[in-house]
Amino acid sequence: MLLFPCPNCGPRNETEFHYGGQAHVAYPEHPAELTDREWAEYLFYRQNTKGLFAERWVHSAGCRKWFNMLRDTVSYDITAVYRIGQEPPALRTSQPTTGMGMSTTRQGTPEGVQL
Amino acid sequence: MSTQQLKEHPEFLWHNPDPKKSYDAVIIGGGGHGLATAYYLAKNHGMTNIAILEKGWLAGGNMARNTTIIRSNYLWDESAAIYEQSLKLWEILPEELEYDFLFSQRGVMNLAHTLGDVRESIRRVGANQLNGVDAEWLDPKQVKELCPILNISDNIRYPVMGATYQPRAGIAKHDHVAWAFARKCDELGVDIIQNCEVTGFIKDGERVTGVETSRGTISTGKVGLCAAGHSSLLAEMAGFRLPIQSHPLQALVSELHEPVHPTVVMSNQVHVYVSQAHKGELVMGAGVDSYNGYGQRGSFHVIEEQMAAAVELFPIFARAHVLRTWGGIVDTTMDASPIIGTTPVENMYVNCGWGTGGFKGTPAAGLTFAHTIATGAPHALNKPFSLERFETGALIDEHGAAAVAH
Ligand SMILES: Cc1cc2nc3c(=O)[nH]c(=O)nc-3n(C[C@H](O)[C@H](O)[C@H](O)COP(=O)(O)OP(=O)(O)OC[C@H]3O[C@@H](n4cnc5c(N)ncnc54)[C@H](O)[C@@H]3O)c2cc1C
Ligand SMILES: [Zn+2]
Repeated sequence: MLLFPCPNCGPRNETEFHYGGQAHVAYPEHPAELTDREWAEYLFYRQNTKGLFAERWVHSAGCRKWFNMLRDTVSYDITAVYRIGQEPPALRTSQPTTGMGMSTTRQGTPEGVQL
Repeated sequence: MSTQQLKEHPEFLWHNPDPKKSYDAVIIGGGGHGLATAYYLAKNHGMTNIAILEKGWLAGGNMARNTTIIRSNYLWDESAAIYEQSLKLWEILPEELEYDFLFSQRGVMNLAHTLGDVRESIRRVGANQLNGVDAEWLDPKQVKELCPILNISDNIRYPVMGATYQPRAGIAKHDHVAWAFARKCDELGVDIIQNCEVTGFIKDGERVTGVETSRGTISTGKVGLCAAGHSSLLAEMAGFRLPIQSHPLQALVSELHEPVHPTVVMSNQVHVYVSQAHKGELVMGAGVDSYNGYGQRGSFHVIEEQMAAAVELFPIFARAHVLRTWGGIVDTTMDASPIIGTTPVENMYVNCGWGTGGFKGTPAAGLTFAHTIATGAPHALNKPFSLERFETGALIDEHGAAAVAH
């Protein structure tokens, strides 16, 4: 069982959370103008990163709030949690893949918890 | 000290050649699907100047980690057609490969625990019968007759309200299946190259012409991708995307017991499926972990929940012990159906997305994928399972179809 650091409640068991997949996938700005290919990308295609991955989780059995997390998909180590709407915190080592056209080198103002 | 000489090593089932500079086709991935594809390429299409490139050891991925359930009682026509073809091939393969890999048609039961399950199940039995797939609906009493160790009392958390039953379904010994294919591939002239990781692709415009590997560069006319959990990473290296998410999937075995469990029992509602292997261990599979993962291990609570459900359904298991648990990396798609077909890269073909249930599909995947690679166009059976379906919307949604999982 993994231990997740909920930004609101602190460390809690994995079983209190539900997974939301890749983070930072924005709803298309002009849905009516998308081609079938672009719709397919939005609906069915997600990054499948091996390594550091930015993903969403919801603390369903706690504060019931969504948040973002940087987790390694091989070691399952958690590097950071940060709020919805925030950029992934800049890390000293490797950069997470956010996909869907988001620059991974952009430096946000990380108020997130780094672990 | 004994002076007795060791007996000579029995003959190896396949050789371990060094990679050649060039092949007519290379298959990436030495699991069941890669092996079956190479076998049918050689046997049906006369392509013998081919190689299987495996980064680890033969069948070290999901092939020798699965719970070996084989059945064809899927809901939709497209699925029933390809899985039933697969089952028909399983029925002839032991003889064709000259290898008794313990294919045992002991039947598979899919339990229904809710009224919704009952309706879905009866609908699926009807659909199966229309597609020529053997299927029956059993009431709880008939369930008990077939599998006496099941608890069918109605005061348990997940009462058994009936089950679908496919008598021709069953299990096989997965590592022997791999070895059977490997020996035949080797006999037909296929190079099986282990410890050979594909690390990149060489392209001439939009056409693939070779692969970079940990054992050097290999040029090739065609590339077939059979990398299961790592498919999307390889596709990305080649310059296209796949709608795949990789998840851990776990299973476990008990110590050896006398035969107590005559068939295979699956429950999608509580994510448990159980058979008893020939040697005697109880083999049980769990559900996938919710998160993406490449760690070949999952979280323990998944096993805990599965055991709780299993012990309630099979009270006799309460005294058994967990001997070993393990995980594989399964390649899931949004519609729980595989992708077998062409790709945006010329001469590159993909077979992936079999997720939690591709062992049973091994022969049909091999047959149809070999056809696709050899002729450059899909076989009638895998045509609907194209990558384009995610754009056209012609999905084959086996998720809601009650018979998902394994
Ligand atoms: C716990 C568990 C239980 C399951 N139970 C069932 C079941 O009961 N019934 C059923 O039908 N299915 C089941 N499955 C699913 C089934 O095992 C898979 O769908 C199937 O094995 C996938 O095809 P494969 O055998 O070719 O995959 P694999 O054996 O995983 O083969 C893929 C190979 O590609 C290799 N590879 C990856 N990247 C590279 C690279 N860069 N270069 C070279 N090689 C590479 C890997 O090392 C691996 O050996 C289960 C799976 C698991 C994990
Ligand atoms: Zn919380």
